[in-house]
Order: sequence, then structure tokens, then C-alpha cells
Amino acid sequence: MTEDIDQGAAVEAAVQAVADRIEAEKRYLTDLDSAIGDADHGANMNRGMQAAIEAVADATDDDPASLVQLVGRTIVSEVGGAAGPLYGGSAMIASKELADGITAETTVAFGEAFLEKVQDRGGANVGDKTMVVALTPAVHTYKKSIEQDDLAPLAALAKAVDAAQRGVDFTVPIRASKGRASYLGWRSVGHQDPGATSTLLILEALLDVAEEHLEGPVEEDATSPTVPDESASEGEDAGSDDEPAEDGE
Amino acid sequence: MIALVVVSHSEQAATGIAEVAAEMGGDARIVPVGGDPDGGIGTTAPSIADAIERAARGEDGAEAVDGETADGVVILVDLGSAVMNAQLAIETLDVDYDVQLVDAPILEGTLNAAVAAASPKATLEEVVARAEEARDYRKLD
Repeated sequence: MTEDIDQGAAVEAAVQAVADRIEAEKRYLTDLDSAIGDADHGANMNRGMQAAIEAVADATDDDPASLVQLVGRTIVSEVGGAAGPLYGGSAMIASKELADGITAETTVAFGEAFLEKVQDRGGANVGDKTMVVALTPAVHTYKKSIEQDDLAPLAALAKAVDAAQRGVDFTVPIRASKGRASYLGWRSVGHQDPGATSTLLILEALLDVAEEHLEGPVEEDATSPTVPDESASEGEDAGSDDEPAEDGE
Repeated sequence: MIALVVVSHSEQAATGIAEVAAEMGGDARIVPVGGDPDGGIGTTAPSIADAIERAARGEDGAEAVDGETADGVVILVDLGSAVMNAQLAIETLDVDYDVQLVDAPILEGTLNAAVAAASPKATLEEVVARAEEARDYRKLD
């Protein structure tokens, strides 16, 4: 794996890429949120990520765990909505998994810790029309691709993005039972969840950055027939069944 | 002495609720907080953590009772992200007094809590219990 200094630069590039993507899609996220929420998701996420760029640029500790922790803290401070604790608070906790740098093993552990915290904080499951619907299949697919299919991290991340896209699609026809959209009851059906959408956008931006920093081509067709398809009934105990190795390098 | 923090997505709503409650529990220390960093509608964990500390110390606009440090702080919240941000604020604070989030309607709960907290001998448990009684209130028979 690469040196710490390169990993810090990669994290910085990732923050920039995510921020750029969120900024470009700010209006789209807000439009989705105005249909079933409080119309602030695009502005909130953009404010948080723009602040994160500045925070990372000024950071003195540039190891990945410290940078991701800082990004989380910044998002918590700057995003005035549920996305603050869900994205920022979860990143703060999960950043500990990157103490040994960014590797296939540590990123699996990061994803699992992040998902676990999101579910714990928001109390949402896969069927609830929230970011969990995109995040759960992404984390599960990434873990399985790395640990069982022995894929390279880049290919695994591409599959995770594809899985998140399926999750986003799944949010459209179901009724919201968590978050602000749940106040709309049946009127929430037919609308795509903004939180699941921002999760997908973030993962797509991370894949773009990973392509620049990791070697090897991404599969053209990342869709795998082995991607689990039981998302509607799974997810209550994500992250608790298979503990990843703590001593990954 | 128990202090209160009122968290709403709207800073004006939080302030107004604190004012309504203060009419009944005038001696209670109530700190309102709300809004996002741009002054819009929302809540953030750091601003709530700051409000908890101000409530405990009795500084900066809170109704100070001789600058006495509170034995505990009870938090009342409105919706969704206010709950999550209040929980996160509590987790990030490292303080030697008790802080508790209550599950109650924000206006009625704050009013009840303020009446209870107006007594300097009130305990955290008593204030929480009074606030949560408001869950069962009916306005019409």
C-alpha cells in the first residue's frame, strides 16, 4: 500500500471530489427533498462539504483517520439537519477503523462501522426509505466482494456503487416510515429518497477518486449476478455477524 | 438545581417556547437553541452542546441563579434531527453533571419541566418525569 502522505492526499482528493459532486447536484437533491422532505438536503450537504474542503486544507494531521474524523466533525457542525449526525457523526466514529491507513481490510471495517452507526442513530432499516437503503447493499456488497470474491478494492467499490444505485431505485416505490418523509404517509410513495441519493452520489465520487489513485481497470459491467437481492428483509444486524480482522495492515 | 434546554428547528420557536414556559416557571433556567449555521431552519450538535453548557453554568442570557452550576440539564426537542443532534451533543460532552433528553411534546413538556425545575430542590428524575407526563395530555375531552 501507499505511504501515509499519499493517503492523506487521496483523502483530500476524495473530499474535493465529493464536495464537487454534491455542489453540482445541490439543486437535484433539494428538488428531491422538497417533494417529500423539508427542501434543505442539497443546501445542507453542500454547506457541510464546502466547509470540509477548507478544514482538510488547513489540517495539521494528514493521516487518513484524522482527516476523516475532521471531515465528520465539520459536517456535524455545518449541516443543520439529520445529515449532520448521520453522515458526520458516523464518519467520526468509523474513522477509527482507518488508524492503520486505507487498505481493503480497513475500508471494509470503515463501511461496516459507518453503516452500524447510521442505523443505530437513525433507527432505520432497509425497508424504511432512507439512506440506509442505499448504504446497506453498498457495504454488504463491498465486504463480500473483498472478503469472499477476493476482488480488488476498485472492482469491489464499483460493485458497491451499483448496489447503492439499486437501493436508490428501491426507495422510489416504497412508503417512508422514518424521517421527515414519514409525515407524508402514502404521499411519499413514488418519490426517490434524497438521503439515499446523496449516499449514491458520495460513493460515485469516491469511485472516481479511487480510479485515479488505485491501479487496474474497473470492470465495464460492474453488475454482479451474485449481488444479494434480499434487501427488503435484511439489515437489522448489519455489521454484527462477521467481525473483520482488527489487525489488518 | 436543574436547568432546561429547548431545541427547535426554529430558533424563534425555541425562544417562544422558553418564554411561554417561563411565565409559569419563572425561576427555572431555560436556554433556547435552534437554527442551522446560516440562520435557517435546522439544528446542529455543537450549538446544542454549547446551550447545555450555558444552561449548566447559568451564563450568557440564561436566567442565572447566583451563577450556580446546575446539578443536571434536561433537554426538550421538537422533531427528527433535533433528537439526533441532541443525542450527539450529549455524547460529545464530557461534563460532571447529568444531561438527559426527554420524550415529550416540546411546548407542554417544557412548561411542565419549568414548573418542576423552578424548585431549587428538584431532582433530574422529577423534572424528567414531569416533562414526560405531558405526553398524555388531552386538549379536548
